[in-house]
Amino acid sequence: MTQSTKTELPQWPPVNSARSPFTPLDDAERQRYVGPVTRVLLPTGATAWLVSRHTDVRQLLRHPAFSSDLSRPGFPLLRPLPPEATRNSEGTFIQLDGDAHFRLRRMLTAEFMIKNVRRIEPLIAQTVDEALADLAAAGAPADLVSTFALPMPSKVICHLLGVPYADHDFFQSRSRVLLDRGTSPEEIQHTVGELRDYLRALIDRKRVRLDEADDLLIRLIRERVEPGELGVDELVGMALLLLIAGHETTANMIGLSVLLLTRHPEQYALLRDRPELAAGLVDELLRYLSIVRTGLLRVATEDVEIGGRLIRAGEGAIVLIALANRDAEVFDEPDGFDPYRQAHRHLAFGFGMHQCIGQPLARAELRIALVELARRFPDLRVTADPQELSTRDNSIVFGLDALPVTW
Amino acid sequence: MTPGPRADEGTTLRVAVDRARCCGSGNCVLAVPEVFEQDDADGLVLLRDPAPRAALRERLDRAVDLCPAGAIRVG
Repeated sequence: MTQSTKTELPQWPPVNSARSPFTPLDDAERQRYVGPVTRVLLPTGATAWLVSRHTDVRQLLRHPAFSSDLSRPGFPLLRPLPPEATRNSEGTFIQLDGDAHFRLRRMLTAEFMIKNVRRIEPLIAQTVDEALADLAAAGAPADLVSTFALPMPSKVICHLLGVPYADHDFFQSRSRVLLDRGTSPEEIQHTVGELRDYLRALIDRKRVRLDEADDLLIRLIRERVEPGELGVDELVGMALLLLIAGHETTANMIGLSVLLLTRHPEQYALLRDRPELAAGLVDELLRYLSIVRTGLLRVATEDVEIGGRLIRAGEGAIVLIALANRDAEVFDEPDGFDPYRQAHRHLAFGFGMHQCIGQPLARAELRIALVELARRFPDLRVTADPQELSTRDNSIVFGLDALPVTW
Repeated sequence: MTPGPRADEGTTLRVAVDRARCCGSGNCVLAVPEVFEQDDADGLVLLRDPAPRAALRERLDRAVDLCPAGAIRVG
C-alpha cells in the first residue's frame, strides 16, 4: 500500500451538498467518515484524525492527554485564526486544560446545578409565556425563530447574567459572525474585541454599584473579583462564553425541534397531553439533531491509542458527536426519531471534563418551551418545504435561519 | 407473573465519589437522586447514601456510565 497524499484524503468538514436538516451527513459522505478513526484534510491544509464511534468519542473526550488549548501546535483549527485570537481568549475556559480549566469552571458549577435551575424554572416559564404571547400577537404566518426560538433563551441568559436584553441585536449579530466558519481571521479578532469591550464596560458599571442587583456577573464580581481570585479580563471572557453559548445552542435546538415535531404530529400532541414524557423526548431530540455537527476539537499531548489507531503527540483530533449519536452499536435504528427510546447515552453535550456546564438549563428551557408551544399552538404547521428552509450549514452550531409557521 | 424477590435484594452496595474529579454535570443526580446530590456551596457531588440497597444497581450503573468525569465507583 502506498502512502496516501494529502489531496486524496477526505475533507472535513465536507463540502456541503443538499441534505435534510435532520441528517448530519448524506449516505455517500457517511461511507467516507463513519467508522474507525480516519485521517482527514482540514480547510487550513493541515490534517487531523476524525473520531466518530460512540466508544472512541467517549474514550477520547475523557482522556487527559487531549488538550482543548487552541494555541498549542497541531491544534486542528477549522479556519485560520490569528495568534492574537488566542491572546484575546482570557477567561474562555473551554479553551483551557486541567487545573486552569477547572479553576474557572468551578466558579460556575453551583450556578448551573440542577436545583438552581429548578429555582429559575418559573423565570423560564414566564419568558416562554411572553415569547408565545408575542408569537400570537404577530399573527399567522410568523417566523418561529425570530419571534420565539431565539428571543426566549436570549432573555433567560441575559436575565441570569445581568446583561441588558435591549442590546440583543448587538450580541446576537456578533455571535453569528463568530460562529460562522467563513468569517475571516481579522473579522473574528475585531468581533471578539467588540464583544469584550461591551462586556468590560458593563462589568465596570456593575463594579461601582454592586448592591443594586443580584445577577451572576454581580455575584462573580463580589465573591471572586473583589477578593482577587478572578481577574476582570477573565470575567469578561467567562461572560462572553456564557452569553454566546447560552442563547445560540438552545435557540437552534428549538427551531429544529419544532420543525421535526411538526412532521411527527402524534409526538407533538403527546407533549401537550403527557408533558411528563417531555424530558425523555428532549434527550431524543438532542441525540437526533446533534447541532454541533462540525465536531469538538482536540490536540494530543502524548501518544494515545484510540479505536486501535495511535494518535501521536501534536496530532489533532476532530470528535464527531453528531455521528457518535447515530452509532448503531449504541442506538437501535439510529437514523429513526423515537421519543420512547432510552436516549440518555447521547453525547450532544459532549463528554469528559468539558461537558456542557449549562445542560440542566438547556434541558429545562427545551422542555418548557416545547410543552408550552404544543399547549398554546396545538395546530402549529410549517408553511415551507423543509428542503427549502435556509439552514446554517456554515455555522459551528447548526440550525435554521427562519421557520415560517402558521396555526 | 411478577418476579420473586432476588437473592441480593436485602444487601447493600458501596458507592464512592471523587469530588476532586467531579465537574458538576449533575448527571448522577438525574440518574439516582436517592444517592447523589449537588453541594449548595460548589455544585459538586455529595453522597446522600454511601450504602444504597442493591435494587438500585441498574440506575447506579447508569450514573457511573453517564458521569463525564469518571468520578463515581460502585462496588
